[in-house]
Amino acid sequence: MAEPIIRMESVHKYYALDGVRVHALRGIDLNVMPGEFVAIMGPSGSGKSTLMNIIGCLDVPDSGGYWLSGADVTRMNVDELAGLRNRALGFVFQGFNLLARTSAVENVEVPLLYAGVGRVQRRTRARELLQRVGLGERLNHTPNQLSGGQQQRVALARALVNRPALLLADEPTGNLDSATSVEILDLLTELNQKDGVTVLMITHEPDIATRAQRKLVLRDGTLES
Amino acid sequence: MSALAALQLAVRALWRNKMRALLTALGVIIGVAAVITMVAIGAGAQKRIASQLDSMGTNNLTIRSGSSAHGGVRTGVGTTHTLMLADAEALRELPGVVAVAPNVRSSVQARFRGTNWGTSVDGVTPEFFAVRDWPLAEGELFTAREVALAAPVCVIGQTVVKELFGLTPALGETILFKSLACRVVGVLVAKGASAFGSDQDDVIYAPLTTVQRNLLGITYINGIEVQAANRAAAFSIVPEIKKLIRQRHRLRDDQEDDFRIFNRAELAQTAETSAQVFSWLLGSIASVSLLVGGIGIMNIMLVSVTERTREIGIRMALGARRNDILWQFLLEALILSGAGGVIGILAGMGGAAALAKFSEFQVSVTMWSIIMAFGSALLVGVFFGLHPARKASHLRPIEALRYE
Repeated sequence: MAEPIIRMESVHKYYALDGVRVHALRGIDLNVMPGEFVAIMGPSGSGKSTLMNIIGCLDVPDSGGYWLSGADVTRMNVDELAGLRNRALGFVFQGFNLLARTSAVENVEVPLLYAGVGRVQRRTRARELLQRVGLGERLNHTPNQLSGGQQQRVALARALVNRPALLLADEPTGNLDSATSVEILDLLTELNQKDGVTVLMITHEPDIATRAQRKLVLRDGTLES
Repeated sequence: MSALAALQLAVRALWRNKMRALLTALGVIIGVAAVITMVAIGAGAQKRIASQLDSMGTNNLTIRSGSSAHGGVRTGVGTTHTLMLADAEALRELPGVVAVAPNVRSSVQARFRGTNWGTSVDGVTPEFFAVRDWPLAEGELFTAREVALAAPVCVIGQTVVKELFGLTPALGETILFKSLACRVVGVLVAKGASAFGSDQDDVIYAPLTTVQRNLLGITYINGIEVQAANRAAAFSIVPEIKKLIRQRHRLRDDQEDDFRIFNRAELAQTAETSAQVFSWLLGSIASVSLLVGGIGIMNIMLVSVTERTREIGIRMALGARRNDILWQFLLEALILSGAGGVIGILAGMGGAAALAKFSEFQVSVTMWSIIMAFGSALLVGVFFGLHPARKASHLRPIEALRYE
């Protein structure tokens, strides 16, 4: 049997909110296999974002174990985590999180910049990805010259530029109208099915979650399938 | 991330806020320009003092006849008559002595045809002009032989030329003082005012013996100029001279010196030290403005880090390590201070050149001050850029991403 991309064992996470200790994750066990398309649903306040931050190596669990493609994330320092985010993960955020006043192609190049890829290769690879998401004609547009859907495509291209094993999408259609949402979801589905990219998507809309092969529901810090 | 890519990133970020970058760099520009201009003024003053000191002979000692005490009455410097030509000759034997120039002084009313002018007639030997490093404008010096013969010849300074002769050529003419008539054989170049403000050109020099015998009727001398081999020797031979002259004058241990030694080297050293202090003072006042410029950089960089918190969060999420973020902001600070330094150097040199042209200041831009000012500007950039850069690199990615 192949090794899971995500393996989590009884992960707990606490944080302080206005001096009150909140138990955000209460023993999460999760396995995601390569090539899967998993949706995590849950009402707001259920701990979705906290879980996503830990899976995305932006935060570390307070207890429990987390292995990303077999590597023990809990033992890594900040720079090793940064390297992992750079090479193994791709992020798509609800709010796109593109660099303002920076062209689409330069936005897509950012992960390559931190991977130490040379200038010419960076540009070629970024162009390739933007063409792949259908923005080959808008390479030099800055985010404020692009529509929401187009911005999310740029973000998707950026997430894929380093050929990550896992694509994390946090409410990817949350800021988009329904027509554009369908386009983005089609793109995610295509990437998963054609290119074999593992996708983990967080959403609170049930009809969007139907795109996934597997649906999980997070409630009060625990997972229900 | 490669250094070149980091540099491009920093330049682009600054370029997006051109006006802000320029205003931030302005603090450093003014600071560096101030340091360079101020140090140039200081160095100019130092140079001017050095050249004045050189015109006095900085390795020289002057021995003057001293005071005497008779029954409780103590007379002033120059009133004893015990200093002799033979003393001067004896000094030549001391190690470290390069030249010895005995002299006598007198004040006379000099006359030429219908004009007269009150000036001093000093009796010297040809060596005197070497000791003073004083060349002739025209004619020639009197010779040692003319000194031995007490010949009626003289060499005159520019002020005397002007006052006594006007437009008449002085060379070959005869000046009268009292009953003595001296032929002008040489005219000295202008030496200007001394460091003490007296007119060094208002003087007539005649052979020592001529003044002694034919003008004053004395056998003693008033003073001896001693040229030492170098500055250090000027200091070290003072006790030797003292010992030798005391011996020659047969002074008992309980008797005071009947002569005084003035060390010009001492004076030169004092003047040079004070010029140096002046230079340092100007430089350090200017450094304060450089420091203020640095604080300006820190201020703007802190604002910039806060403004770009979200950008930092995005970069971290995409794989930027702490050092990548640190260098991004540190490089921005360094570029600001470095570019400010270069522009400041040009502005400072321009300012110094303008001062030289439009004011009385003598200025001298030194390579040393340029290197120092530019180095300090970079140091200021590192010092004041490090805190904001560290602050940026230690942001937590999730918090930075959430920042609105």
